[in-house]
Amino acid sequence: MAPDDHPDHHHPTELAPIEARVAAIESVLVDKGILDTAAVDAIVTHLEDNLGPMNGAQVIAKAWTDPEYKAQLLDNATAAIDALGFGGPQGEHMVVVENTPEVHNMVVCTLCSCYPWPTLGLPPKWYKEPAYRARAVREPRKLLAELGTVVPDDVEIRVWDSSSEARYLVLPMRPDGTEDMSASELAKIITRDSMIGVQRL
Amino acid sequence: MTRDSRENGSIREHVLVGTPIAVESTAVDGVHDLGGIAGFGAVDHDTDESPFHEDWERRVFRLNIGSGPLRANLPAFRHSIERMDPAHYLSSPYFEHWVTGVATRAVESGLTTRDELEQRAGGRFPLSQPDRGVLPDDLTSRTEPRYTVGEEVQVREWHPPGHTRAPRYVQGRRGTIARVHGFADVDDIAAHGGGSVTDPFYSVRFTSHELWGEGGGDREVVHVDLFERYLKDADGPRRSP
Repeated sequence: MAPDDHPDHHHPTELAPIEARVAAIESVLVDKGILDTAAVDAIVTHLEDNLGPMNGAQVIAKAWTDPEYKAQLLDNATAAIDALGFGGPQGEHMVVVENTPEVHNMVVCTLCSCYPWPTLGLPPKWYKEPAYRARAVREPRKLLAELGTVVPDDVEIRVWDSSSEARYLVLPMRPDGTEDMSASELAKIITRDSMIGVQRL
Repeated sequence: MTRDSRENGSIREHVLVGTPIAVESTAVDGVHDLGGIAGFGAVDHDTDESPFHEDWERRVFRLNIGSGPLRANLPAFRHSIERMDPAHYLSSPYFEHWVTGVATRAVESGLTTRDELEQRAGGRFPLSQPDRGVLPDDLTSRTEPRYTVGEEVQVREWHPPGHTRAPRYVQGRRGTIARVHGFADVDDIAAHGGGSVTDPFYSVRFTSHELWGEGGGDREVVHVDLFERYLKDADGPRRSP
């Protein structure tokens, strides 16, 4: 029977608070022996501690300082990123798209929240919300300007809707005046937003 | 009308009064399919990088990735969220979608009941609407990409009642193959119990004007990843003008 198919049945009128609903389904899954919270905690902690934009920043910094690596990254991003140790779930089919003076790239998932976990971590709240998902494909230049990123009219804006298995990482342009910086110094100026493509460095 | 039937939206009511045509028209394209919809206003952007903002969000994430059999079929899990009542979907935070989807799947698989969940939660626990998806006719894996980079294609226009990764805003539109990504399981089939059927999938490039007509932006393009069976040759007959 479908979950809500109880035509003659009355459910409580008062909505249970979200915390109580979470506790309810969690307790069912634990009681049924499906969920082992302690075991999964280790996975969640690993994700919180080890996945995030600091990984993507290392990839980008290496691409800026190592032309051979950059060529590999643009040719086969999954392998090139894996080589730095940043493979795993939601990073199995990576594509890196390069910003140039002529093209600015930005990434969205209009259908849900697809995002490259190993290189950027879990997506920020705004990335998952309707305003960004609806507008990124409809009026990207206006949206970027509202976020403080003015892309000149003669630059093509290329929006990547990650609607399938591929996950995207933007390779931003290396800022002027950073010629003397090392890869580890460069990694510190590379932001999450620049790798989603809603910011230019 | 009870509060319950209001909450479950129009599908239940149509089923009860037996109007299959109306049912057909209610659930085509879920509320999650947001590309291009107007009226959401400014993006509430922040630079916060913490994955969870409240403890319950972390617990939802944990129970989702830890719930083995309920998690195994990712397209089916996504569809359990897509079946949420549209008003509930749009008015609830992201991780509430996840908990609603997991709970719906738990009830549908017979692990628990909505009554038990409501008893444990001490109040109403809204779930998603019934799964109305049906398997496509063609369940054959494709092993050779039909299209190459630069070819013009058109997205089929069929708006299935079940799960799909063909966003509404590209259905019927013409684009150019920009990348041949490789092969992957077709989500539309896996989500509805058809198992692993593979397809080549492509990045297809659409101009903003192809998608939005006069309302499109100059020098704006959208690349969408699409399975081969979503596409047809661009020079074929269009189903609608």
